Amino acid sequence: MSLWSRLGNAFRGDQLNREIDEELEAHIAEAIAQGRDLVEARRALGSTLRHREGSRDVKLVTWLESLRSDAVFGLRQLKKTKVTSLAAILSLALAIGACTSAFRLIDAILLRPLPVANPQQLFDLSRQGIGPEGKPQTFDGWAYPDFQLMRAAVRDQAELFAVSYAEPVDLTYKSDEEIERAYLQYVSGWMFPTLGLRPALGRVFTENDDVKPGGHPYAVLSHDYWTHRFGQNPKVIGQTFRMGNEIYEIAGVVEAPFTGTEPGMMVDIFIPTMMHPGVTRKDWTWHRTLAVVKAGAAFEPMRQKLEATSYAFEAERAKGFHGMRQEDIDHFLDQRLLLEPAATGVSDLQSATRRPLAVLGVLVGLVLLIACANAANLMTAQASARAREMAVRVSIGGGRWRLVQLVLVQSAWLALLAAAVGSLFAWWSGPFVVSMINPPDNPARLVLPADWRVLGFGLAVALGVTLLFGLAPALRASAVNPVSALKGGEDPHSKRRLMHALIAVQVAFCFLVLFVAGLFVTTFQRLSHQPTGFSADRLLVVEAVAKSPQPVEFWEQVAEHLRNVRGVETVALTDSPLLGGGSWNNFISVNGGPPNGVLSYMRAVSPVWLEAMKIQLIDGRDFRPGDTHPGAALVNETFAKTYFDGVDPVGKTFDLNMDEGLRLRYEIVALVGDVRYKSLREPILPQFYVPFRSIDKEGQLGKRGAGILLVRTSGLNPRALAAVLRQEVPRARPEFRVSRIRTQMEINQSHTVRERLLATLALFFAIVALLLAGVGLYGVLHYSVLQRRREIGIRIAVGAQAGGVARLVTMDVFAMVLMGAVAGIGLGMLSVRYVESLFYQVRATDLQMLALPSLAILAGALLAALRPVIQAVRIDPASMLRAE
Amino acid sequence: MAKADSLQGSMDLLVLKILSRRPGLHGYAIMSAIQDISGEVLRVEEGSLYPALHRMEEAGWIRAEWITKETGRRARLYEVTAAGKKQLGMEESRWQAVTLAVNRVLREA
Repeated sequence: MSLWSRLGNAFRGDQLNREIDEELEAHIAEAIAQGRDLVEARRALGSTLRHREGSRDVKLVTWLESLRSDAVFGLRQLKKTKVTSLAAILSLALAIGACTSAFRLIDAILLRPLPVANPQQLFDLSRQGIGPEGKPQTFDGWAYPDFQLMRAAVRDQAELFAVSYAEPVDLTYKSDEEIERAYLQYVSGWMFPTLGLRPALGRVFTENDDVKPGGHPYAVLSHDYWTHRFGQNPKVIGQTFRMGNEIYEIAGVVEAPFTGTEPGMMVDIFIPTMMHPGVTRKDWTWHRTLAVVKAGAAFEPMRQKLEATSYAFEAERAKGFHGMRQEDIDHFLDQRLLLEPAATGVSDLQSATRRPLAVLGVLVGLVLLIACANAANLMTAQASARAREMAVRVSIGGGRWRLVQLVLVQSAWLALLAAAVGSLFAWWSGPFVVSMINPPDNPARLVLPADWRVLGFGLAVALGVTLLFGLAPALRASAVNPVSALKGGEDPHSKRRLMHALIAVQVAFCFLVLFVAGLFVTTFQRLSHQPTGFSADRLLVVEAVAKSPQPVEFWEQVAEHLRNVRGVETVALTDSPLLGGGSWNNFISVNGGPPNGVLSYMRAVSPVWLEAMKIQLIDGRDFRPGDTHPGAALVNETFAKTYFDGVDPVGKTFDLNMDEGLRLRYEIVALVGDVRYKSLREPILPQFYVPFRSIDKEGQLGKRGAGILLVRTSGLNPRALAAVLRQEVPRARPEFRVSRIRTQMEINQSHTVRERLLATLALFFAIVALLLAGVGLYGVLHYSVLQRRREIGIRIAVGAQAGGVARLVTMDVFAMVLMGAVAGIGLGMLSVRYVESLFYQVRATDLQMLALPSLAILAGALLAALRPVIQAVRIDPASMLRAE
Repeated sequence: MAKADSLQGSMDLLVLKILSRRPGLHGYAIMSAIQDISGEVLRVEEGSLYPALHRMEEAGWIRAEWITKETGRRARLYEVTAAGKKQLGMEESRWQAVTLAVNRVLREA
């Protein structure tokens, strides 16, 4: 009989009974046909029921039957102790839910393969070397001409394709008034066939759609975008939209669920690489290069061929470099090409969150273990309350394994109920956490499916948890010695020892979680209180665009118009906000000498920029309307230190080294305070600011297609002015539109997103861990008071003081807490070195960092001990001893 | 499970032997055959027949099949499987060995 029919038997009990009855009836009918008496035949056959039992016992796999009865019994047992069971289920649910939720996040960002035909063959090309600041760096951006050479070089071993860094863009469908935001990625036309991606509607690109620079104004939409923007309207094919100066026609929709190659970024629109403005530029590294390596291709020779090709390209280009030190050129050329697996795609989110997510995974795992310890203690306490029942079971012939099963089944109930509640929690918390990582204006968009991977993980956790907290109590219960148990209890200390050990483990883990959480919270606080050198209060960053580049004068007119709007204090122009991500740098030289190898960072700013940003003017004067770029410059203190040895440089000049040996001269008109340029963590960069008003080579005023209006408002809520500004900008000059409005505060906060996420989640886990450990401690103390109430009663009767009783009850447990805390400190010191890179201005050895979790645990332990101690002290010896 | 009965130990042997000679008997027929062939010396206790049959079925020595007779009543017919034939061989040789040994004791004691 196969396993299946056995399983079938267990759940087909009724049918089996009927068959056995029928066979026995047939027997009797036969007997009567042979001339026997009905009554005699029945008697000879014996009781039908007995037969049935006899036969069924053989037929049914006994453990399946027993499993069912254990399940029913286990549930009844849990219902009997509603409150404790509920506490155990909820704490496990919280932990399992957090675990599943963390897994969903980690899976979506780091583990899930891209939904393409051949993810295992996908590789990402990058270069590793020494960066311009002399630090090692790896970068996976490439220039298109270089990419073309490499693609041709390894044609037989791999197919290379280019994908730009996905980015939000502004586009319009019908009216130019309604600007929409969409996520766009430039991709090689042959990416679709190479990855086995088919159209859901219309067509997708092929090699032929990506041939001539600027010659293929077509777009392919993602299925997701087609669904939420167009409601899956099939008439979308042939519709056009405008982006910049180009009109694009929608050619098709790619099949779901492909949304680009960057986890964390769901691409809406794919455009052929040939439409990118940098496609012919040798000095613009704007795209990633991915490779689908053919099966059986020799890997290392291919890598070397790619490296040699790229080297030859850059070496040729480097011949045109001027004003760079030979050392820097050597660094630039001396790079190793890396081919790294990209089955899960490649994105900045991945590299930025790999470590934080690993840390969160560990924290959440520790919380799960703490919850398991709680459940194990609950099961142990229950099992000991049932010692008599177990003993009876053993003495009437219940097998040991049968008892193990009995307790395990009950654990499984706990775990399953907890997993069910936990999955609800995970359902809700996954997207919630994602929304927390996100800066509001540039959300990371994640595919977070709840599919068999998540389900499988949840089940595996539930199973693991059952074994983890159920096995020890189960084995212990089964090892019951009936004689001593029935005589009134075996050694009561043995059970408490297990529970105490678990308390120590809990405290150690809890300490670790608290400790790490403390470090993260401090990091976040220090980083977000980092002085930036400017004021972000009441400051709006208004991004404006024009259909075609407009003269700087017109931009100045728009700024002037906005200054007269009610509620506006002042307005300045710039090319890019501080800390806004844009980076513009160059080597400079002083007194006609060679550059010193330190990059200087730039911004183009209008007069009153200093005032609008509230940046300190140390010496000299602000820009005047007549100042131009090139010509005048403001420099910061770090600039003065780096290039002028800290001497006040106002009135002095420096040169900006351009390609082809061209030098632009600037006179320093002011020394200003240091500000943060692109990062809160790095040291302050040497910076100088040039006038927004630029002059081109022919001496004409420059033109700009996009720029930033910095608006300092007088109202406390700068956002309140956003709608007005959107209207006023085109009113000032009809060529201009507002494409996006952010507050400077949002921009600043986007630099601490990771730290905030870590701090918030770690704090949450710390609170949960403390709560769970507290509940566990309370449970154990409560149990031990119950168990020792006779002893305590006697002690009180012979004159023990309250203090003595309290000490008696808590001493063992507090010794365990102490041991756990010491172990926790050790664990913390050991593990912290793996996460040190995530900290900022905080050291694991700071006394405060160790004191805080210790105090929290001590307070938690005291609180947990309060009630059991009161109970113990209040034991009335007279009634106690009478009851015995 | 089964109570001690006179056929204990030899029940399997007898059932297998009968079924190997005449496949497709139902329980009552197996019982009757044992009694008839042994000249009414061996009596199968009806109460233990069916548990034994089900146990042997479980062990894979015999298999059963429901048929409908002309009377309209269904009957469960048994036959020996390949594993059952092998088992029969073993049981037979063990029986031979035991009876031989018992005979020798009776003769020489």
